[in-house]
Amino acid sequence: MASAIAAATAPPTGAQHSVLLLRRANDYLAATLRARYRVLSFYDSGAPLPAFLAASAATEPEPPRAALVVGGGAIRVDAAFLDAAPYLRCVVTTAAGLDHVDLAECARRGVLVAGAGEVFSTDVADHAVGLLIDVLRNVSAADRYVRRGLWPVQGDYPLGSKLGGKRVGIIGLGSIGSSIAKRLKALGCVIQYHSRRPKDTVSFKYFHDVISLATESDALIVACALNDQTRHIVNKEVLGALGKDGVVVNIARGGNIDEAELISALREGKIAGAGLDVFEKEPVVPAEFFSMDNVVLTGHEAVFTTESGSDLCDLMIGNLEAFFDGRPLLTPVLPK
Amino acid sequence: METTPQSPADEKPLVLLSQPLFPEFAAALAGRYRFVLAADADAAAAAVARVLLVPGLAPVTAEHLARLPALELVAGTSVGVDHVDLDNCRSRGLSVTNAGPAFAVDSADYAVGLVVAVLRRVAAADAYVRRGRWAADGDYPLATKVSGKRVGIVGLGNIGSRVARRLAAFGCAVSYHSRSPKPSSPYTFVPALLDLAAGSDVLVLSCALTDETKHMVNRTVMEALGKDGVLINVGRGGLVDEPELVRCLRDGAIGGAGLDVYANEPAVPPELFGMDNVVLSDHRAVITPESIRGVLEVVTANLDAFFSGRPLVSPVQL
Repeated sequence: MASAIAAATAPPTGAQHSVLLLRRANDYLAATLRARYRVLSFYDSGAPLPAFLAASAATEPEPPRAALVVGGGAIRVDAAFLDAAPYLRCVVTTAAGLDHVDLAECARRGVLVAGAGEVFSTDVADHAVGLLIDVLRNVSAADRYVRRGLWPVQGDYPLGSKLGGKRVGIIGLGSIGSSIAKRLKALGCVIQYHSRRPKDTVSFKYFHDVISLATESDALIVACALNDQTRHIVNKEVLGALGKDGVVVNIARGGNIDEAELISALREGKIAGAGLDVFEKEPVVPAEFFSMDNVVLTGHEAVFTTESGSDLCDLMIGNLEAFFDGRPLLTPVLPK
Repeated sequence: METTPQSPADEKPLVLLSQPLFPEFAAALAGRYRFVLAADADAAAAAVARVLLVPGLAPVTAEHLARLPALELVAGTSVGVDHVDLDNCRSRGLSVTNAGPAFAVDSADYAVGLVVAVLRRVAAADAYVRRGRWAADGDYPLATKVSGKRVGIVGLGNIGSRVARRLAAFGCAVSYHSRSPKPSSPYTFVPALLDLAAGSDVLVLSCALTDETKHMVNRTVMEALGKDGVLINVGRGGLVDEPELVRCLRDGAIGGAGLDVYANEPAVPPELFGMDNVVLSDHRAVITPESIRGVLEVVTANLDAFFSGRPLVSPVQL
């Protein structure tokens, strides 16, 4: 499908639209962009960001009206960024999260923002469920155990805990949270959730705050955005409410959990285990986790599969095409 | 006045054991049955014993069975009963029961866990991060999507049908192969195992080990599954030609494997220890504390049914 888009209608005769590329990876997406647009790449320029944005204003015949930005904190599309690039009318982001884009500032200036839509949702949901099964049933720990040749010597690895009937509290019931819920229902779990507002399209039990959700859950899955309200939404109190048999899975942002408190809670047996794909200071992972057998660690890969790369490419190109054609964005974040 | 002879209802029924009971079983069942280890049974007990309880996977051979002329029921505590000489049971007209659905849910959950762990490289990524390599060497290589994969299930019984339902919720397309089609199943029946393997990205083994199914997954089947294909085995090690599996993994003829069972447990081919595209477990798919209680219920139900002349709860078709 990606190749079909790449071969679609050619850009206007004689002039390609210019696009700012603020993404380090020089991959299939970058190559496809270059085939259709005049690409001004920040990382290739070697210049500091403000200088790069200022210089781009002089692009002929028109400055880049769209920018493709990666997430993950490397570049913040904030007031300073937008001030330095007043010619920009559309920001297309490749990340699942939007915490690197100041949506209020974009809205104020009438800058359109396109997100990643649901491109990542199934992969993140698959990974989240994989982490939950792993923590509860000791999949990775047993794998390590067998690999070390311990099975014939020390007998069976200790028993894990059943998934069926577990009350799973999902924090954030957006596209990812809903996909997780669908899979866990098939695994016999009881789904309940907290989000900013209850969703009348679902029948799951809603909790107004995370502490009550944690109190009545056997597992918590963090699937919400990272913003000022959700920083450390899983804190010492919430972990205490979850309790010594509870587990937490995080496929959102490291900043959603108070990492130091999580480490203490695990060390002191205040919770039973954790499955973590994200951390507060990636790629640095606190070494305290390395000796814990009741923790599963993966390196921010929930979103990444070989297939999601090309799905993402299709979507990003589709959004840029829509913008330049004056059509509504495919996956608009702004306008809502 | 004659003393009333002790009525049969006062005597606990005699149940011979092929091996000692787990402590949890012993505690739960001791009050209801009189257990005697078959190897220790005196001639009188051996002559009248109608039930042999098999609380584990130690082999029960024709020789063992021949010592029990009054035997009518062999009751297992596992799902797979290939360690019992079923041919002999069949020719003697014995009934055989297994754990029925007691382990099905936990096995199915674990099978799904293995599918995600292999496709998404969860266990390998965990090992990578744990060794501090994420900070030092960068991201772990991309793994592949689970949703949308074509899943072929071999054996659509208690375990296989639950695996199917779970993976369908992940958006996988499910087909199956079994001795005969299940008309009530919504999934596609594929008459030949080779065709199922050729048309699947993930092949899940959840069938019984019998003379017909021994080594059913051989080199030809694995080559049909292909270099991006993944084999998941929560059935019995004997379903797969294990040395051939190791060769296929080593040569890249298949893409990966999630294994809970092996040909000679607890021995695991050491060549597998160095492979990142393999997830290994110690025959634990079935077991959680809750499922042990479940097995107790099934075993008790079968024994009760037998001794009161009612139909068995989980008979195995011989």
